Amino acid sequence: MRALFVFVGRRLARALVTVWLVSTVVFVVMRLSGDPVPLLLPPDAPRSEIFRVRAELGLDRPLPVQYGVFLANVARGDFGRSIHFREPAMRVVWGYLPATLELGLTAFGLAVLVAVPVGLLSAVRRNSLVDHATMGLALVGQSAPTFFLGILFILLFSLKAGLLPTSGRGGAAHLVLPALTLGAFAMASVARLTRSAVLEVLGADFVRTARAKGLAERVVVVKHTLKNAALPIVTITGLQLGTLLGGAVVTETVFAWPGIGRLAIQSIYNRDYPIVQCVVFLSALVFIVVNFCLDLVYGLVDPRARPR
Amino acid sequence: MASSIPAPVPAEAARAGPARRRRGPWLAAAGGAFVAALVLAAVAAPWLAPRDPIRQSLRARLAAPALAAPDGPARLLGTDHLGRDVLSRMLYGARVSLVVGFAAVLLGGVVGAALGLLAGFRGGFADTVIMTLADAQLAFPFILLAIGIIAVLGPSFPTLIVVIGLSGWVGYARVLRAQVLVLRSREFVDAIYALGGSAARIVLRHILPNVTSSIVVIATLELARAIVLEATLSFLGLGVQPPTPSWGGMIHEGREYLDSAWWISTCPGLALMLTSLVVSRTGDWLRDLLDPTLRGE
Repeated sequence: MRALFVFVGRRLARALVTVWLVSTVVFVVMRLSGDPVPLLLPPDAPRSEIFRVRAELGLDRPLPVQYGVFLANVARGDFGRSIHFREPAMRVVWGYLPATLELGLTAFGLAVLVAVPVGLLSAVRRNSLVDHATMGLALVGQSAPTFFLGILFILLFSLKAGLLPTSGRGGAAHLVLPALTLGAFAMASVARLTRSAVLEVLGADFVRTARAKGLAERVVVVKHTLKNAALPIVTITGLQLGTLLGGAVVTETVFAWPGIGRLAIQSIYNRDYPIVQCVVFLSALVFIVVNFCLDLVYGLVDPRARPR
Repeated sequence: MASSIPAPVPAEAARAGPARRRRGPWLAAAGGAFVAALVLAAVAAPWLAPRDPIRQSLRARLAAPALAAPDGPARLLGTDHLGRDVLSRMLYGARVSLVVGFAAVLLGGVVGAALGLLAGFRGGFADTVIMTLADAQLAFPFILLAIGIIAVLGPSFPTLIVVIGLSGWVGYARVLRAQVLVLRSREFVDAIYALGGSAARIVLRHILPNVTSSIVVIATLELARAIVLEATLSFLGLGVQPPTPSWGGMIHEGREYLDSAWWISTCPGLALMLTSLVVSRTGDWLRDLLDPTLRGE
């Protein structure tokens, strides 16, 4: 029991250090961006007004103090006011979050539902036509740039075939192409890893034993092999969930999907840094939380991953 | 983070049949030849390009790919919305991809290798700090940070190279650290110490040559990533600025004309996809060839 607490505690400490590092990077980048006050005021504002706003935002205080205030604000979820929307940045980002979650989770679900069976199939039918075709496709999917894949999908399925809408958020039809684009890399990675993990287990002694005692091939594959190959598959799948949220920036831009990724890009063009910081921080936070949970699951499922 | 737990990944190369192993060197060589051809095309762009990549021609706007043109060399891949020759722009665009790609890989490789050697050889506090930084960076969707930094500093060649380069150091550092940890307990290290060799001499003359093949493999895989990242940033308007042609920028410009002039985006996009695929596969083949133990890293 004590070992478990130590394990969870260490992982938690590491996650917290990462959160702190991320917020520090966000702070440094924000300082590099220079004085935001001229952006907030009309160009002909008097100097006294500039000084007043600067004092109001606390920008006249020493850097260490500003850093402390920033960390305290981040801890409370306060990233300042959006320059463009004239609302707290957090509230704006919060409004765009559901669209990103819808897209990200659909892509993730699609990736897992397609990739694991495909990987399993191509491992069981090793060197068959199915194996070569799907793994070839997976290789292309893994190295294809996300944004170009999206454009290719739009060209082929929307403009030429006229099957699906080109952009925007709406019904299920709107979700298909962006989810496929965003999920392509995850799908390819999970399929390839599932294949190699299953192949590894298929060569193990206990699988030979299971076959020797006359079990049906289906039982051997599903009960004996897939269960033992599950750990690496779970790991890479979880890692993909984190990268999906980062990849959403590009996919959302290509498909004009109204999520936080597109919001971040637009905010960069608007020089709306509070929004950019908020999105960067939130995405990193999600990634860190996913990784942390994954570590715990891993430690709970596989005793070998626990510290002794 | 979860990525620090080594997932048991099978060494497929070891199990691969002899046919596959014999094919490996040829495939790696073919990949190398592709990259060499691309470099040549980029260097010789001023002589190879049929037309000026920046010169606009309003009369030849959105011209479809054709084998002949009434006014000079044929526009084999058509023209864009400003009447510029797509093929010429692609040849010049390869320069951007390769310069940024190679420079970023060099920067990331030098920083990552130095930190990896330091962490592995010295251990202790330096190791803890370096590996914590590596974990933190892996826990971060880097594209967002890159976008943030470039948005603030303004897009330029040096910014692009530094951001993409530094995004890749972790790969080198983690692998080299693990290998140095094993190497430094070998007898030859003790022997050099006993003969009076300095730590710097051991690392540079004796350990570095032992990890060179790993560095080459990682650098190849990183090259594919750097080229795609550059194109992605250029596509988002944060990379090389117009009118300088870059593949990502061309794909962006052609997006609005996808319905009427598919070739503007598709040609540079396919070039990018092919380059990424070939370079990363070459990395895989090199790995099987030089260092099968790297699999799973």
